[in-house]
Amino acid sequence: MKIEILGTGCAKCHKLYELVLETIKTEGIAADVSNVQDIKKIMAYGVMTTPAIVVDGEVKVVGKIPTADEIKRLLGSK
Amino acid sequence: MDDCCSTKAGVRHSPFNYIPLLLIPFFITIYFYLERGVDFLVYAVLGLDRSSHLTESIRFFLYDTPKVLLLLTVIVFVVGIIRSYFSPEKTRKALEGKPLFVGNVMAACLGIVTPFCSCSAIPLFIGFVESGIPLGVTFSFLIAAPMINEVALVLLFGLFGWRTALLYLATGLSIAIISGWVIGKLKVERFVEQWVYEMKAGDIRMPEEQVAFGDRIQAGYTAVVDIVSAVWIYIVIGIAVGAAVHGYVPENFMASIMGKAAWWSVPLSVLIGVPLYSNAAGIIPILQALLEKGASLGTALAFMMSVIGLSLPEMIILRKVIKLPLIVIFLSVVATGIMIVGFLFNWIY
Repeated sequence: MKIEILGTGCAKCHKLYELVLETIKTEGIAADVSNVQDIKKIMAYGVMTTPAIVVDGEVKVVGKIPTADEIKRLLGSK
Repeated sequence: MDDCCSTKAGVRHSPFNYIPLLLIPFFITIYFYLERGVDFLVYAVLGLDRSSHLTESIRFFLYDTPKVLLLLTVIVFVVGIIRSYFSPEKTRKALEGKPLFVGNVMAACLGIVTPFCSCSAIPLFIGFVESGIPLGVTFSFLIAAPMINEVALVLLFGLFGWRTALLYLATGLSIAIISGWVIGKLKVERFVEQWVYEMKAGDIRMPEEQVAFGDRIQAGYTAVVDIVSAVWIYIVIGIAVGAAVHGYVPENFMASIMGKAAWWSVPLSVLIGVPLYSNAAGIIPILQALLEKGASLGTALAFMMSVIGLSLPEMIILRKVIKLPLIVIFLSVVATGIMIVGFLFNWIY
């Protein structure tokens, strides 16, 4: 699974990145997590509010930090 | 799909989500009995002298701090729920293809309710420009979003009364609408960085999911935690400074500097206010004290609007997408609007 965290470097974006990394670790999910800061790539997804989570090219969450449970659900449902 | 039994629904429809809703009547009750409670505490329990300056200041602080924090919690909660119905993506859809003036009015109004933080100003700007929304309309949004916020409205309502809060809302909206419209008329498209136009923004492919009301309450609760934890300290300090001014600074002390007679106080307030970057939470309680000591309403409003609405950090962020001349135009148009509001209110009152 490929997970991208979109964010232009704001505090919330970093927090989300950490949170996702942590969730993957505790849940034992095999995933490739990357932090996308390039505005052009972010815009290509049509995202206007950061942070956002993209899983396998599909935008899942926009403009907020979801709870740990939500993240688990997001990543686990695959 | 069966809406009660799937595991997904099980997580989302937790009855605990509704608890914050039950606290509202409780908060309102406290709010209405607060003044009597504080009076009782100050005069009967502590037995302080009614006529001393210190008592005045203490009473002011003890009454205003919980009052404003209570109001803030309730309003931020409600606004958090309202905001969960909006998003920049939806706002963009709503603004697409709207004619200039109508677009400006809509953009300014949507600027109030759309969740927005200045750190996502750039993706938002590009997103708007990409979908063909005129620059003037985009600016109406960018002006209204920071200037008219729930924290400012709560403080104005709590410390000055509903008239001033309404006044702020109305003049703030007018400035956003008219400034955006003026910028739109100035044909400033060439001052947008070229790469913005070259960018290809995708259309978001996110399923529009059904959001349960319990989740919206959760959003309101999150907003309270986020905002109140960030601003409470400014409010307490602001009110403490205000309380000291209230009790100790002589009546009409500010009249000569920020009073009506000094016409230059309006442009000066704006000049000082623009580089100053503070949130509404810290500045409004102090302003209340200044008003009490003879500063005029127009000057105070102008100062507040320039502090909250125009900020240097936001300009620096926007500089990445628009060229300097447009930043200058943007600043001067909005600053002029704020000054007109200031003069107008000094003249009316």
